[in-house]
Amino acid sequence: MVVQQVLELIAVGLLAGIFGAILGIGGGMIITPVLTIMMGIDIKYAIGASIIAVIATSSGATVAYIKDDLLNLRVAMFLEIATTVGAITGALLTGVIPHAMLYIFFGLLLMYSSTNMIRKLRGTQDEAYRPVTPDKWSEKLNLNGSYYDVFEHKEVDYQVKNVPGGFAMMFGAGIASGLLGIGSGAFKVIAMDTIMKMPLKPSSATSNLMMGVTAAASATVYFFNGSIQPQIAAPLAIGILVGATIGTHIMTRLRPRVIRMIFIPILIYMGLQMALKGFGVNI
Amino acid sequence: MVDRKKEMASVEQLIGVILRIGVIISAIVIAVGLLALFLEGGSGYPNDQVPLGFRAIFQGVIQLKPFAIIMLGLFCLILTPVLRVAVSIYAFIVERDSLYVAITSIVLVILVIAMVIGYAGK
Repeated sequence: MVVQQVLELIAVGLLAGIFGAILGIGGGMIITPVLTIMMGIDIKYAIGASIIAVIATSSGATVAYIKDDLLNLRVAMFLEIATTVGAITGALLTGVIPHAMLYIFFGLLLMYSSTNMIRKLRGTQDEAYRPVTPDKWSEKLNLNGSYYDVFEHKEVDYQVKNVPGGFAMMFGAGIASGLLGIGSGAFKVIAMDTIMKMPLKPSSATSNLMMGVTAAASATVYFFNGSIQPQIAAPLAIGILVGATIGTHIMTRLRPRVIRMIFIPILIYMGLQMALKGFGVNI
Repeated sequence: MVDRKKEMASVEQLIGVILRIGVIISAIVIAVGLLALFLEGGSGYPNDQVPLGFRAIFQGVIQLKPFAIIMLGLFCLILTPVLRVAVSIYAFIVERDSLYVAITSIVLVILVIAMVIGYAGK
């Protein structure tokens, strides 16, 4: 019986790791319902396991390559100031802001973002990156970057714009992490891809790194308050570490269009899940 | 200029190796604990109580209790993103990018503050 649960958790972890690494999301919103509804695990332990899952996805994805060209370390570190300060603010605000309102707000935001992504999917037939005009912040902060696209066999130079807007979105994502205990990887991808106009692959890779850093801050709370059950978190973590390494290798070889197509239904699902939670309905 | 680029490449390589070692060590410790859980057929604790706090975990690890070994591995895993930030500071020092040495140091400080708040608030 126990062996069966461990094997199931490794399998869940493997899948979550693969998709998480491809999309740049932690998968907590997916893992938590799987653990609670399908496997009957207490919500407290499911949340503890999901924060470990976020870190495992992040670490597994960032070590897939010894030298990671997709990752934009400057963007990650600069925006990480916003997410970590946001996370602490969120943790301190617990009890001040009603959770129901936040869930509805963030849920609607996710669903709105999915319409943006659909527009992007329909708008361009060719997926080639179109340069944007960088704003003065991205020049000052040296945020523009380049990556080698394995699929297109070429080096892609890209620029970053709307830095203050992205920074503000990251602060919001941090508050959501701190208040609601979520990895908020989806918000990070949206901040970079939709607001700052970074290409999807570097956005996803950079979100992966940032998620781990944000989650590490709140993970200590869960680690020391007994939310983490070793027999649940351990097989999940092992599965995810392996899955995230595989997922990262798959991601570099996918068309951005395909990544977007996987991302959109997940955004809509997560948005619905959050908004409904605000109204007291759990799915 | 060529030397700088070479130096940068080797620093990135080194960081990659350090991170990979950190993640692999965490994974091995977790896996060993999981294996011990099966072989011993128990957590090593009455009522499967999870050891919390550094002292309880380290004492458990010395006695080879499966739950304690897993918790040690999970804690190492939680530290890997922190390690990532710390080694990035070194990378920016080598790049002589003082702006990003400062930015990354701020992130590390905020992260440590958040972890201390987390530990204190348990």
